[in-house]
Amino acid sequence: MNFKSTIGLEVHFELKTKSKIFSPSPVTYGAEQNTETNVIDWAMPGTLPMVNKNVYRLGIMVAIATHAHILPTTHFDRKNYFYPDNPKAYQITQFFQPLARDGYIEVEVRGKKKRIGIHEMHIEEDAGKNTHGTNGFSYVDLNRQGVPLLEVVSEPDMEDPEEAYAYLEKLRKIVQFTGASDVKMEEGSMRVDTNISIRPAGQKELGTKVEMKNLNSFDHVRRSLAYEEKRQEQVLLAGGHIQLSTRRFDEATGKTVLERVKEGASDYRYFPEPDIAPDHISQEWIDQIAKELPKSPFDRYDDYVNKFGLKPYDANVLLQTKESSDFFDAAVAAGADPTLAANWMNTQVNGYLNDHRVSLNDIKLTPEHLAEMIKLIKDGTISSKIAKKVFAETIANGTDPKKYVEDNGMVQLSDTSVLAPMVKKVVDDNPQSVEDFKNGKDRAIGFLVGQIMKQTRGKANPKMVNKLLNQELQSR
Amino acid sequence: MNYLNENIDSLNKKLASGDLSADKLAQDTVANIKDTDKKLNAWITVVDDAKPAENLDFSKSKLAGIPIAIKDNIITNGIKTTAASHMLYNYMPMYDATVVSKLKKAGATFVGKTNMDEFAMGSSTEHSYYGATHNPWNLDKVPGGSSGGSAAAVAGGQVVAALGSDTGGSIRQPAAFNGIFGIKPTYGRVSRWGLIAFGSSLDQIGVMTKRVKDSAEVLNVIAGADEHDSTVSTREVPDFTKFIGQDVKGLRVAVPKEYMEAVDGKMREVIQKQIDALKDAGAIINEVSLPHTKYVVPDYYIIASSEASSNLQRYDGIRYGYRAEDTKNLLDVYVKSRSEGFGAEVKRRIMLGSFALSAGSYDRFFRQAAKVRTLICDDFDKIFAENDVIVGPTTTEPAFGIGEEVSDPIKMYNNDILTISANLAGIPAASVPAGLVDGMPVGLQIMAKRFDEGNVFKTADFIERSNKFYEKTPTGMED
Amino acid sequence: MEITKDTIKHVATLSRLAFNEEELDKFTDQMGSIINMADQLSEVDTEGVEETVQVVDRDTVFREDKPEHWQGQNRETLMANVPEKANGYIKVPVIINKDEDE
Repeated sequence: MNFKSTIGLEVHFELKTKSKIFSPSPVTYGAEQNTETNVIDWAMPGTLPMVNKNVYRLGIMVAIATHAHILPTTHFDRKNYFYPDNPKAYQITQFFQPLARDGYIEVEVRGKKKRIGIHEMHIEEDAGKNTHGTNGFSYVDLNRQGVPLLEVVSEPDMEDPEEAYAYLEKLRKIVQFTGASDVKMEEGSMRVDTNISIRPAGQKELGTKVEMKNLNSFDHVRRSLAYEEKRQEQVLLAGGHIQLSTRRFDEATGKTVLERVKEGASDYRYFPEPDIAPDHISQEWIDQIAKELPKSPFDRYDDYVNKFGLKPYDANVLLQTKESSDFFDAAVAAGADPTLAANWMNTQVNGYLNDHRVSLNDIKLTPEHLAEMIKLIKDGTISSKIAKKVFAETIANGTDPKKYVEDNGMVQLSDTSVLAPMVKKVVDDNPQSVEDFKNGKDRAIGFLVGQIMKQTRGKANPKMVNKLLNQELQSR
Repeated sequence: MNYLNENIDSLNKKLASGDLSADKLAQDTVANIKDTDKKLNAWITVVDDAKPAENLDFSKSKLAGIPIAIKDNIITNGIKTTAASHMLYNYMPMYDATVVSKLKKAGATFVGKTNMDEFAMGSSTEHSYYGATHNPWNLDKVPGGSSGGSAAAVAGGQVVAALGSDTGGSIRQPAAFNGIFGIKPTYGRVSRWGLIAFGSSLDQIGVMTKRVKDSAEVLNVIAGADEHDSTVSTREVPDFTKFIGQDVKGLRVAVPKEYMEAVDGKMREVIQKQIDALKDAGAIINEVSLPHTKYVVPDYYIIASSEASSNLQRYDGIRYGYRAEDTKNLLDVYVKSRSEGFGAEVKRRIMLGSFALSAGSYDRFFRQAAKVRTLICDDFDKIFAENDVIVGPTTTEPAFGIGEEVSDPIKMYNNDILTISANLAGIPAASVPAGLVDGMPVGLQIMAKRFDEGNVFKTADFIERSNKFYEKTPTGMED
Repeated sequence: MEITKDTIKHVATLSRLAFNEEELDKFTDQMGSIINMADQLSEVDTEGVEETVQVVDRDTVFREDKPEHWQGQNRETLMANVPEKANGYIKVPVIINKDEDE
């Protein structure tokens, strides 16, 4: 029997704001426990939520980037449940009137293009953090309580794990390039829950869903879905039933493990949040945000390959993160040759970042300095050998390349009136080389170039020296 | 020092002239509360060493140096705030409600927190962890509720003004039972930041005073936009005292027949007298109908209880408040702390609210109630298209005896039928003393359209001048 | 509408409240009459009527995204009321399962 899979994904993004969604407490990563909190985060009696405008702005950016329809009026709702990291015992979310509905993104799997629907996306608050002790107690830190989240709920449009993987990659890239989220799974700024059901081919009615929560990499998503497909198939073939349940992926064994069986839907007693007035999202505001929206990775790719003539591979490396693409764009805007800038970015700059385990935001190199250095190479002021020295200094200490080159006398020697006498002298001093040259030994030139370089401490323009030497030797 | 024959103007004059010092006023007020509260039990917390604010300017602020009572569901930084619940018996806040900050700025003196029904759920102040409050007119009767402590404190001469809160009549009903004035402003007129939530879409902080003008003075201070409460209106706040002393000629007064039919003959007579006085002074009286009146009690109890069931979930024994002992696990902490920390009436409302919101009930109860609420609002809109105010009785009967109704929740809920519409519609409403029935005060309720507290004050002030009820002294306070 | 003891038990679980058998009987009775009182609303024709969940005269006014620590609110003052704490954390009995009984 053949089976068909139906996969849906719920992805949470932490939105990149300076303060929390309903309180002005700072949003920071890794602060000391319970220090980034106030009476709102603690759900002290009498407190009320105050909505952060930027949360809407970032959410709307993602909605625009995924072609979703933004609702003219949104309203928050309460989802009621007790848990120590949920101090109000309700989460403020959007249940009845979410931020946006009916979006889509396009993916390409095995050469086939497919449109995957986004059912809806809504904004909500994150919960605090529980740390489970071994002594029978848990410890609650409310720093994360109230960090803004955007939940993007796909349609169950994916039919195999590869499509789910492609959807996640594409969604991450889109969101990353809006600048709305850091999209780092390892830091929890992107979290993925999946659900999968299978049914015999030809059957219309969907099978029973199994959910998997908190998968910590795209690879785990793909592997856990693939495992589930097989497992559910075997259960059904053996005449068994799939239970409505939540399972967990065990990365050590590559298997999924039953966490709990759901008996009916949880009763969260959703109702409209009475403490927040409705939010009317005007078309003017949406238009304004659309204007501020950073260029999408797809438009950038187009520019890189078709306008700048970069190789597709280089374009893709630059587009791996928004930071590197922004850096490159800024360098080009500052006058850098695009091909040289891409080469430097993808080899020297990336190499430095990997060696030092830092990100572009942490280093002292600016796009302007990179552009300046590339200009110096292009106009022959410095050799590429010197350029490496200049680069090392600039990236480590933020030194201005032009000033550094001038201060350290690194300007390349290209002046024939200076070089010609030197060439003449070196040929005069090495008659053997002339012999060798005449006998067709190319090595001879290399030796003479080396002599000139030695005398000029590497500053002589090697192309120029070669040319002059050839002329001189042929004239003898 | 008691306030039976004082008002804010008279006190301000004495303070400004130096005949009375703010320090002495604070001390004497506390001493009198301690003395008279043996009878009333109107207070949960009294600030023994209450001191006036510094740098008082009696010419700039009428409230400078004036002791004001605060209902114990309003958060006061550094003064225990319990909402009359065992659940918060030890809760010490670390911030101030917006109304408290505003009163502090105006130089008011804080002498303590008044008794109430637990979490403001009740109409008799019998549902308090700290015991029932007694009515100053007859100590065997309830003062009403839930702001019964604030009402009794004002009527008994312990303070000149008190803050209350009103979710379904919790200011107006006790005002009526105690022969004082009490106003619930428009929803969104006063910030709820720091008001311990009961029914968030209905709750509103208001003022209780003996004299109408004094409430206008206090409301002037506490009203207005607040960045902490996104449901507060940003409209300009008028000077409410300018509505005092005006005449009512041409005022269009609607009298709902459903309200007049809800009371017995004796009470109707007292209320009719007030309406006649308005008519004699040139007001135009129109009999009108509020056809959905019979549905307001169920509508209100579904909405208020649903919101309350969610609002009260934060009381879980984890971060503050009562924590049960002998707990085996987390679920135990929740269930035992909540079951032991909440009183019976609070549990009833939580249960009703959780039920109304639960899967399978939501459409039939909560959603239906939200729709009926629209019809109730429409009834008022129609009347206010042709009338300036609505008047009628505040309550269906005068104060009942302590212990008489506490065991019959439905009877108790039905008592609120005349006051809760104003909360559902978010309109301003007040109760002004109308007279006595069998020796107990009854109130005339005055409602107006949203943000038209002005006409409420104007009408109430006229009634006060016409019946001079304030000249009477509560019979229970005579030795 | 009939309210059974099981309904009351379910709602009590959702509300994290416990009642003994005697209370439960009394409550089932009481809640039954309260719910039936509330159910009078079913007789109102609300076809096509909008819901009113708030009576506000404005949209939410947004807060600008400016982080701040509020005066007088630090970990020590905020934790002053916590019944059990350790090391700047709120201490709770271990959490077994998020939806223990749902």
